[in-house]
This record gives sequence, C-alpha cells and structure tokens, in this order.
Amino acid sequence: MNDLYKGWDGFEGGTWVKEINVRSFIRHNYTPYDGDDAFLQAPTQATLTLWDQVTELSRQELEAGGVLDMDTDVVSTITSHAPGYLNKELEQIVGFQTEKPFKRAFMPYGGIRTAKRACEDNGYHVPDQMDEFFTNHRKTHNAGVFDVYTPEMRACRSSHIITGLPDAYGRGRIIGDYRRVALYGVDRLIEDKEEQKRTTRSAMYEEIIRDREELAEQIRALHQLKQMALSYGFDISKPAANVKEAIQWLYFGYLAAIKEQNGAAMSLGRTSTFLDIYAQRDLEKGLFTETEIQEMVDHFIMKLRLVKFARTPEYNALFSGDPQWVTESIGGVAIDGRHLVTKMSYRYLHTLKNLGPSPEPNLTVLWSVNLPENFKRYCAKISIETSSIQYENDDLMRFTHGDDYAIACCVSSMRVGKEMQFFGARANLAKCLLYAINGGVDEVSKKQVGPEFTPITSEYLDYDEVMRKYDAMMQWLAEVYVNTLNVIHYMHDKYCYEKLQMALHDKNVTRWFATGIAGLSVVADSLSAIKYAKVKVIRDESGLAVDYKVEGDFPKFGNDDDRVDEIAREIVHIFMEHIRKNHTYRNSIPTTSILTITSNVVYGKATGNTPDGRKAGEAFAPGANPMHRRDTNGAVASLASVSKLPFIDAQDGISNTFSIIPGALGKEDRIFAGDLDVELDCINGACMTPTLFDDMDD
Amino acid sequence: MEGRIHSFESFGTVDGPGIRFVVFLQGCPLRCQYCHNPDTWDKNGGQLMTPEQVLARYDKNKVFYQKGGITVTGGEPLLQPEFVTELFALCKKKGIHTCLDTSGCTFRFGDEGYLAQLDALLAVTDLIMLDLKIMDPQKHRQLTGADNKGILSFARYVGQKGVAMWIRHVCIPTVNDCPDDWRALGTFMATLPTVKALDVLPYHTLGVNKYEEMGLTYPLKDLPAATKQQADEAKTYILEQFRLERQKK
Repeated sequence: MNDLYKGWDGFEGGTWVKEINVRSFIRHNYTPYDGDDAFLQAPTQATLTLWDQVTELSRQELEAGGVLDMDTDVVSTITSHAPGYLNKELEQIVGFQTEKPFKRAFMPYGGIRTAKRACEDNGYHVPDQMDEFFTNHRKTHNAGVFDVYTPEMRACRSSHIITGLPDAYGRGRIIGDYRRVALYGVDRLIEDKEEQKRTTRSAMYEEIIRDREELAEQIRALHQLKQMALSYGFDISKPAANVKEAIQWLYFGYLAAIKEQNGAAMSLGRTSTFLDIYAQRDLEKGLFTETEIQEMVDHFIMKLRLVKFARTPEYNALFSGDPQWVTESIGGVAIDGRHLVTKMSYRYLHTLKNLGPSPEPNLTVLWSVNLPENFKRYCAKISIETSSIQYENDDLMRFTHGDDYAIACCVSSMRVGKEMQFFGARANLAKCLLYAINGGVDEVSKKQVGPEFTPITSEYLDYDEVMRKYDAMMQWLAEVYVNTLNVIHYMHDKYCYEKLQMALHDKNVTRWFATGIAGLSVVADSLSAIKYAKVKVIRDESGLAVDYKVEGDFPKFGNDDDRVDEIAREIVHIFMEHIRKNHTYRNSIPTTSILTITSNVVYGKATGNTPDGRKAGEAFAPGANPMHRRDTNGAVASLASVSKLPFIDAQDGISNTFSIIPGALGKEDRIFAGDLDVELDCINGACMTPTLFDDMDD
Repeated sequence: MEGRIHSFESFGTVDGPGIRFVVFLQGCPLRCQYCHNPDTWDKNGGQLMTPEQVLARYDKNKVFYQKGGITVTGGEPLLQPEFVTELFALCKKKGIHTCLDTSGCTFRFGDEGYLAQLDALLAVTDLIMLDLKIMDPQKHRQLTGADNKGILSFARYVGQKGVAMWIRHVCIPTVNDCPDDWRALGTFMATLPTVKALDVLPYHTLGVNKYEEMGLTYPLKDLPAATKQQADEAKTYILEQFRLERQKK
C-alpha cells in the first residue's frame, strides 16, 4: 500500500479499494457487537463545558424570539465564511455553517422572496441590491417554477389540495455519501468525477450536456470542500488516518452540504458502523481510549444539533418548529445475515444521555427481529428515558433497498450514494374526496378548482357512486400533482442544484420521484361511514355539500377491522396507480409516502367538514395514524391497521406517530426494558420466591 | 356458546406477564366505589361473541403475545364461567398462556354444579389474578356492596387446586390504607400456598368522567388519587407481614 493510502493501514481489502464503494469497505471490515451498554463512557469535562455554552446560547436564541443572528449580505456557499468555533481549545470536532455558532446563513437560490422574508420576519433587513440581483440578474428556483406553472397548478396550490410543495425553498431529501470523504479523501473523489466526465458520450444532446455541466459543478464543489476544510486547518485531500479524522472529514462533507443548501430535510446517512471500523482499529492500536472516542462522538452530535437554517414563520408553522431532519440511520441487518450493530451504534444513542434528549439529529434505528437482544433492550431503555429515537422496519426496506440505505427526513429510504429522491410534498386526499362529491368545487373557497364533473346530488351518499367519482377525481389530482412536481424538480436542478451532495453520489444514480398522501385515515373512515352507516349530505343554498350527518356506527381505521382497513389499502393502491400513469421527470421512479409528522395540522385547517364526522379545520391524523381517539382496541390493533397498508405502493414510507403515557409499557415501564416487578422479592432485597417470569420483555 | 364482551385491549402490559390480549367481559355483581369501569356493570350489555371469534382476534396479532398470552377480565368474568372455560380450553390447545383476572365474588361453596364448572375452568387456567380489596367484611361491604366471604373462600379453593395466583390490591387513601388492613391482608396471603406475586396499585381517578357520561354519581368524588409512594409503602408493609407469617410456619 503506497504512502497515499496510509489511512487504510490494517483494513481488509475488497472491491472498495478499486472503486468508490463504501458498502464493500464496511462489509469487509466492521465488527458486529453483541454486548451490552456497559462499555459506554460518561461525558468529559470539555463536553459538559461546551454543552453548557450551547445551552446558554439556546436560551439567548429563544429569548431573542427564535433567531440569534442572521446573515443578510453574504450568499452562503461552501467557502463563503471564515471558520467558526464554540471554543476552539475544547472542540474535538469543528465546523459551523457561518463564522460563528447560532448565526443563520443567507441562501437565496431556492427563492429570493422566501429568503428575504425569512430575514425580515425575524427583524433583519436584506440589502436592496441583493434583492435586485436575485430578481433581475440571477434567476432562482422559485422564479423558474412560477414562469412555468399553469393556472390549474396555481389553483391547486392555493386551494391546498396540493400543499407544502418545494417551489420556494430547497427540496432537500438528498443524502450525500459523506463517508466517502473520510474513506477516500477528496482528491480520489475528484479523480473519479473527472473520469466520469471524461467518459460521457460525445454526442451533445440535452441529457449529456446537462450531465457534463453537473459533473463540472460537482468537481468545483469538491475543490471548495477541500478549501473549506483547509480554512479549519485540515487537509482532507487524503483518506482519514484515524477515527478522529474520519469523523471530522465526514462532518466536513456534511457541513459543506448544509452551507450550500437549505433543504427541507438535510439527512446525514448511515455513518455509525462505518466510523466504528476506525474506532475499533484505533482502540486495538491503543491510539485512543473509549472516553476519548465518546468525546469525539459527543462533539460531532453536538454539531449536528446546531444545524440552523433561516426560515419563515409559515415554514415553521407547516413543520411545527424549526426541524432540520438531520436523520442518521443506525443498526439494521446485512444481506449476508450479520447484524450491523457496532459499538458506534451505542455511542451515537448514548449522546442522548451524555447531552440529554433531543429531536435532532433524528437518530433512527433500523429495526429487525434479528438485531442482537442487548441492542434491542438498550434501544427500549433509551426510548423510554428520552423519547428521542425513531424506528423503521429494516426487514421491510432491506428487501427493496439492500443493506446500505439510509433514511432521509422521516421515512424516505435510499441507497447511500446510489439513489436520490425528488421530494414532492403531499396531495390532500381528504379534500379530493370532497371534490368528488362537489364536482371539483372547493368546499372552502367555493371555486371550481378540479374538473367540472357532475356533483353528487342525492340526500344520502351511495358508496359505489362516491367511489366511482372519487377514482376519477384522484386520477385528475395525480396528473396535475405529478406535473407540478415535474416543473419543480426541473427548475431545482437548473437553479438550485445540490452540487456537493451529488458529488458524493455515483454517476448513474437512481432517482425516486416522491409523492405523498395526506388525510388517509379521514378518507378511510369517511368511506367506511358511507359504506357501513348512513351519511346524509347537508348542502348550502348553492347546492354545495358543506356538511355531513352520520347516522349509525361504522368501523374505524385503527382497530384491526378488515372492513375499513381494506378501504385504506385500496385507496393507497388506486392513488399510486394513477401516479404511475404519468410521465416523471428525469426517468425517476414514482413512489408515494403516507407521512406527515406535523403538517397534518395545516392540511386539516384547509379542509372542510368530511363524511366521517370530522369538522372543518380539525387536524388530520399524522401520517398513516388512525384519527385521534377512534382507535379503541389498544396499540397492537391500531398498529395492525397501519401495517396492512401496502408498502409496495407506498415505498417512500409509511409513518405512525406513537406516544405512550408512563406506565403503559408495564409496571415501571419494564415490560420492554426489564423484568416485571411484582414478584415477592422486594423486602430489603431479600428474595422470597425466585423470579418466575424472567423473560417477559420483548 | 356466546359470551358477553365489553371490549378488547390489544396491548395489555399490566394484566399479567408479558404483552397480553385482554378481553373485558360484560357484567359485574359488585359495585365497588372506586370502580373505573362502570360501563362493564350491566349484565345485559356488550356484544355477543363466540370463543372462536375472540380467539381469531388474538390470532391475528399473536406474534406480539409470544411471551404474554390472553387475559380475561371484566366486569366479572366468573359471571360467564362456561364461556371462559371454553375460551381457555381453546387457548390451551394452542399453547397460549391464560390468565383470569377476577374478584372471586361469585364463589358458592357447597354448590356442586358450580364447583364442577369452576374446576373445569381452573384446569385450563395458568394464572389467577385475584383482587383483594380489604379484609374486614364490614368495610368490604361498604366499599363494594357485598361481603368478602365468598372471595376469601375462592382464594383458598384456588390455592388448594394448585393454580398460581397473583394478588392485586388497590391502595385507596383513607379507605384501606391503615396498617391493620395491610397486616390482615399479609396474614391472609401467607395462607395461600400458590401466591406468586403481589401487585399494589395506587388508586386513580381516571374513571370519573365515565360516571359523568353515564349520568352516575361518583361515590369517592373528593378523594385524591394515591401516590406511587403510598402504594409502595402499602406493598412493603403487606409483604413484611406476609413474610413474618410464612416464617412462623
């Protein structure tokens, strides 16, 4: 091995040596860990000091109304800012988006109006010449989209039958393979991209021209990445030589992405088991202690907690807060049957203890029945203590996405560095049902938004008639929705291209065309009411159906009742089939998600009374959740209903938001994390009878 | 054979070992002042289902219950002993752990038909969760509307039959939380050969709004909920007495 690749000393070779292939590196080198959490170390003094500083800054930020400082006259790029630190002496892992922590960067490429408003709504003024430049001289993504939108698209947008479209802000949801920076060093990645550019076809039709231009952009971004790292005193042109460098190199890759893009979800990937390979090697060499490694991880995660973007109050209302979706996927099982849990998986989760609970980064455990028992217990324990872990079904996703995928945002799975997605917000299927009943007239604005189909005029709703009209209305919605997204992604690629993130992808990426559904449980319950009870229509003087009276009881989604669960399944399938009928931008593969974590509130606000008895303005249930308080048979039945939804038709993910009150996981919450404490063994520690049920967890 | 079912809980974590499918039966002869399920009292309410239909619901999600099982509670499940026996017999054929959560109040000593039915049920029951409210018969009558003679006989009978038993006890401030009550309970428990566990629950007020919905007056209206500390104190006290009694033997 030549000097250049000193960082690889002690690693087992494989395909990864010859080509950019992080998965191969992991396969050949990682050490599965079956032990428990006893090895984990408490935070160091430096960590506590830094975290105190962060806590104080967070307090000041909150006091200042949510924003502590903002840039208004420097357009953020990978190299736009001087290095920033909390405390240079103490930080093991360094780097901020701007020259100081808690200062939000100015990112106008998604749309100057949104970027400007994000500043002005927080009390910061954007210089007029900046506004003028991005209005008259340098076009933005937002401007491009609105040049092309049809009147119908605009109408759908303003009536909220399609909502949350990324047409004025960064679409996000793309995960760069930041591990590549650590494993290969930037020079090798540049070399690889140069090679890709050299080998494009020579006939210059549109696709090739675009590819070559994008590759040039990617190469430029990689050079900037190197330069940015250099400003912090690190030469990342070569592979990282130890775990500390590996974390730092990887973080620089991610940092460059969040300096360049203010995306709706800027996820990290699947990095813990990769980094564990370095940690394991360094521990064996005696280069670092466990305490030192945990400190690096704590400081790394601390940085991920401090990712900040300039956003408007509306944006925060849509997402209920200021989320970044720095999702990191942990665990899972490999194709060869070995689980992918390492000590680093524990170290990441342990930050929730060392630094306290936090929604960010969004630590996501890829759950499989084949995860080691100790790790399952540990996850349960940390979940109960911190409520900060998200779970995803690895057994389901591994089937279609292999064993090196990661989650973007909340549920969107993609092979790291090999797949990307075009984020597509959501279509409001509950409103679509009302359009079917009202012949395309919006029940709130009373405008003709959808096609002018014959409205339903009967006193009571007939299931077959409603379904027939709903099917046609869904077909219309799917078409206008997909085409709206086609416009958006064309323009995003053109004016707000994610060059650094795409530089950390293969040349031939698979593109997912993500769509989404909101209001599924409202629709399922409404159709169930129409089918199994009687639903009387209440119309206003113009004949528009504005309210519904349900006579009798009906099966409700969330009770493991096939009568209604089957309706939900069918709706997802029908809608997805309509989506599939349309042309999708850049040969992308259409998918849908049944996902809203918070925006269900906003969707509900914009939707009138529905036939399930839900009142106008009332929030939808999040994601694929049953409607609030309608699931009356307990958690398993509720989850069973959700689990009947067809993943194959909703491959971009199905979410279920689940809260459990203390005590509901058994006495002292110990059904999951330990043994039940009702045996006769608790007097002064003296056991009177042996523990009878010592295996009751799980 | 059909049973009167009040409702189901598909994720029971406090009604026996592991995660359990809990079947609430309709109808109860007691009128406990602190009852949080007054909607299960009416013997004529609920929906009629066969044991097979109930078991089908369990089977749909049985993967969750591998280390748990099925618990039948109520209401008072022993108002429908034939139904429960049939259901549990089906469970045992499939190797499902069965737990009966009862007050024991329907016990009729000397009634041979009744005892034969009970024996049949006990033969397919892995665990009895017996709710002992208070030992003093007078106070028991005041609290539940009936004395506890039958309940105590039931406990002894189950013990003799060798069926494992968990004792449950709700700690209700000012009603059953004096040392005399606890001592009496510990002493009685020590006479039960198959008792495996004691679970003391703090009295809570979550049932109050059900009374309002049903237009009933809640008898313990002004009584505050018990704290976990109070329940722990009661448990320690009862177990101390239990141990003393056992050591005597």
